[in-house]
Amino acid sequence: MALELSEKHKQVIDKLSDNFPDKYIETYQSSGDTFVRVEADAIVEICSFLKNECHFTYLGDVFAADRFTSRQRFEVFYNLVSLKDQIRIFIKVLLEENDPVIQSVTSVWKSANWSEREVYDMFGIQFTGHSDLRRIFMPQDFDYYPMRKEFPLLGIPGSIELPNTTPDTE
Amino acid sequence: MGLESALGEGYLTTKIDTLVNWARSNAAWPMPMGLACCAIEMMAFAGPRYDVSRFGSEVFRFSPRQSDVMIVAGWVNYKMAHAIRRIWDQMPDPKWCIAMGACASTGGMHRCYGVVQGCDNFLPVDAYISGCPPRPDAVIHALMKIQDKIRTEHSVMLDT
Repeated sequence: MALELSEKHKQVIDKLSDNFPDKYIETYQSSGDTFVRVEADAIVEICSFLKNECHFTYLGDVFAADRFTSRQRFEVFYNLVSLKDQIRIFIKVLLEENDPVIQSVTSVWKSANWSEREVYDMFGIQFTGHSDLRRIFMPQDFDYYPMRKEFPLLGIPGSIELPNTTPDTE
Repeated sequence: MGLESALGEGYLTTKIDTLVNWARSNAAWPMPMGLACCAIEMMAFAGPRYDVSRFGSEVFRFSPRQSDVMIVAGWVNYKMAHAIRRIWDQMPDPKWCIAMGACASTGGMHRCYGVVQGCDNFLPVDAYISGCPPRPDAVIHALMKIQDKIRTEHSVMLDT
């Protein structure tokens, strides 16, 4: 499908592919948004380039998806907004099931801290260099990653503790 | 009191159970456990239009020590369950519990790993209310069911 990129989007993507010719993979559009797929090992360099050279000062969100495929199972997205140019792009990387590790971008945007904790909590994706990679929603001793496809909808019975219904009455 | 003029000189005989149950059933103070949108309907239930003070339950107590009926209004997740049970354990006996709405009764539309599928998993519920959210009339109906239950209790003694 032919891309319908705005002038500003085109400039950013050209800059990105010129500066990272072997890390940039592809650009596609979906539902009116622009997605740029890059290599996972260069995520911090690409993100700091986008922040410092292309005015993407605002990291809206970091989120993931489980494709449930045998190769390149997990996707991690970075939702970037340029307040100066008033454009939004999504940076996407693919990760393998047996090694879901990516560098943290908390050194670039501090707001990545909690978003990456959420992705870690829900999908078990490890972020190296994150200062405080704990679960953010589920209990700390929870053993599963609930947004993975193999996790049952109603959870694993007994995996989260319910309150004691017979408190000691002396 | 006005009662004297109707009775004139004289006395009434009754059972102490009846007297205590009469007093308890007409002063069932709710402990509002408003967790979601049902709490809005619970507030309407207490407000002037539905006027639950007709049933003696207008005093919403935010202290568990002073309340008799816990109204669990909304979906309960596993983290909140511990707080609710702790508040319930702090309420003095005798106490009653209303599971208000589909979520508190069964988990409702929150059919997922983080939400307790019905607060009766950790609370002894006396009355369930259907609806999403239930109308305030339905909450009054549940309160009247609890009043019926209180009035038919047989002993003042705490049954352990």
